[in-house]
Amino acid sequence: MLCEECQKRQATLHFTKIINGQKNEMHLCEECAKDKGETFPNWNSYSIQDLLSGLLHFEQPKNGVRSSSKAPTPLVCNNCGLSYDRFTEIGKFGCSECYRTFSTKLDPIFRRVHGGNTRHAGKIPRREGGKIEVKRKIEELRTQLRRHVESEEFEEAARLRDEIRHLEFNMQDGEGE
Amino acid sequence: MSLERFISQAISPWMKSGPDPDGDIVISTRIRLARNLEHYPFPIIASEESSQTLLHYVSRELAQRKYDSIGALELIKMDDLSPNEKRMLVEKHLISPYLADKSKHGAVLLNENESVSIMINEEDHIRLQCLFRGFQLSEGLVLSNGLDDWIEEKVTYAFDEYRGYLTSCPTNVGTGMRASVMMHLPALVMTKQLNRILPAINQLGLVVRGIYGEGSETLGNLFQISNQMTLGKSEEDMVEDLRGVVMQLIQQERAAREKLLRASRIQMEDKVYRSFGILANSRVMDSKEAAKRLSDVRLGIDMDLIQGVSGNILNELMILTQPGFLQQYAESTLAPNERDIRRAALIRERLMLENE
Ligand SMILES: [Zn+2]
Ligand SMILES: [Zn+2]
Repeated sequence: MLCEECQKRQATLHFTKIINGQKNEMHLCEECAKDKGETFPNWNSYSIQDLLSGLLHFEQPKNGVRSSSKAPTPLVCNNCGLSYDRFTEIGKFGCSECYRTFSTKLDPIFRRVHGGNTRHAGKIPRREGGKIEVKRKIEELRTQLRRHVESEEFEEAARLRDEIRHLEFNMQDGEGE
Repeated sequence: MSLERFISQAISPWMKSGPDPDGDIVISTRIRLARNLEHYPFPIIASEESSQTLLHYVSRELAQRKYDSIGALELIKMDDLSPNEKRMLVEKHLISPYLADKSKHGAVLLNENESVSIMINEEDHIRLQCLFRGFQLSEGLVLSNGLDDWIEEKVTYAFDEYRGYLTSCPTNVGTGMRASVMMHLPALVMTKQLNRILPAINQLGLVVRGIYGEGSETLGNLFQISNQMTLGKSEEDMVEDLRGVVMQLIQQERAAREKLLRASRIQMEDKVYRSFGILANSRVMDSKEAAKRLSDVRLGIDMDLIQGVSGNILNELMILTQPGFLQQYAESTLAPNERDIRRAALIRERLMLENE
């Protein structure tokens, strides 16, 4: 195989790079690889910004499906004023509220950037920790509740309903402090 | 200023002493956490006024307190520094180029031995970084975690239970953590094995970067391995993945060194002593050559081919011979060709100190 860069020498170095699940291959001769800065550093560091911005544009809906007469209202963050369009241009959020404002559009982006993941599985800040644990517990109980209703185990379902109410009441209480 | 005094200012105390596990291959370990405050616009779009308010608020909350073992934190504002002073902090890896040149009301809190740096108004409101000598990922995780809790006692982080810590760039969301290990891998480069290993590392969601000098070339066979993804796994799991890969690289680098020594000991001795001779005698040296020669000498020291020279010399001179420090030592602005002359002189002087 000939080198991709110079098309002259034999390609002796073969690279596979996986970016967000997409496979890229490169075949270079040693000299060209050296020109590229020992090959790998450049290979890895080519602007993550370019990559991201390309990706974000890619994710924008190509509004061909619904030919509505009204132009869709542009998505803009109430807190910082950043629009979704601008977000896709700069590849950066403007504030923490942007995450909520653009939330419906973020899963595909995160999936690509973080190897298919969309959900945090790490640390929870200490102060918020208790509240979030209760929320997770309520979520879990709700799923159980649905299962019991489906299988018509109403006694158990009622017990779970009361437990959920109790937890929710306590949580609201806590917030009022 | 004497060279000894200059070095004592230029090289962070954390680099010079303390435990140094696997120090023959791992230069340093770094854990960085990106954090933001709720509601405040992120620095990239924040107004002057908002950035100023945030800096005032965060620095007031943190600067007066002490966290355990790390000692008091000193606040350094970017606006109070000269361009060259900022450049030196970048060359010491204590601040980012972004904080130095592009931030509005950027500042950094540094502890005394410079192992902890908390940047304010970088790309995120808070960028916390802990540096360790050698291979110390667990220690790094414990300290960064503790410092993070300590900061959180005073400020409310932007956090979402579904997305995790909210960051300015989508690539940092979740844990906001970047763990990285800086490695010296000359034997894997020499035997051309690194090129083969690299794709596998990428597939594990880790990134390998060369260390850059003035241009874009890799310098001194130094490579930084870090986690690419920040979402979907716990901090501990991310660090474990990284640890596994680093341990393998350490093993393979050691094996490659032994093989080189067995197969071509005299050629290896010749290579490292030749570089030593060039460093000790040159009159003009660009950064690229300096890095290459220093890497050879460091390898010679770690393989016991060269005796009586401290292994710290590579790390020290890699920092000292960068433009910011050369200019500081020369006490003037230097054109690139003048830098090369100064660089050669500084390296000669430094090696002389070693012989005293
Ligand atoms: Zn070629
Ligand atoms: Zn916003």
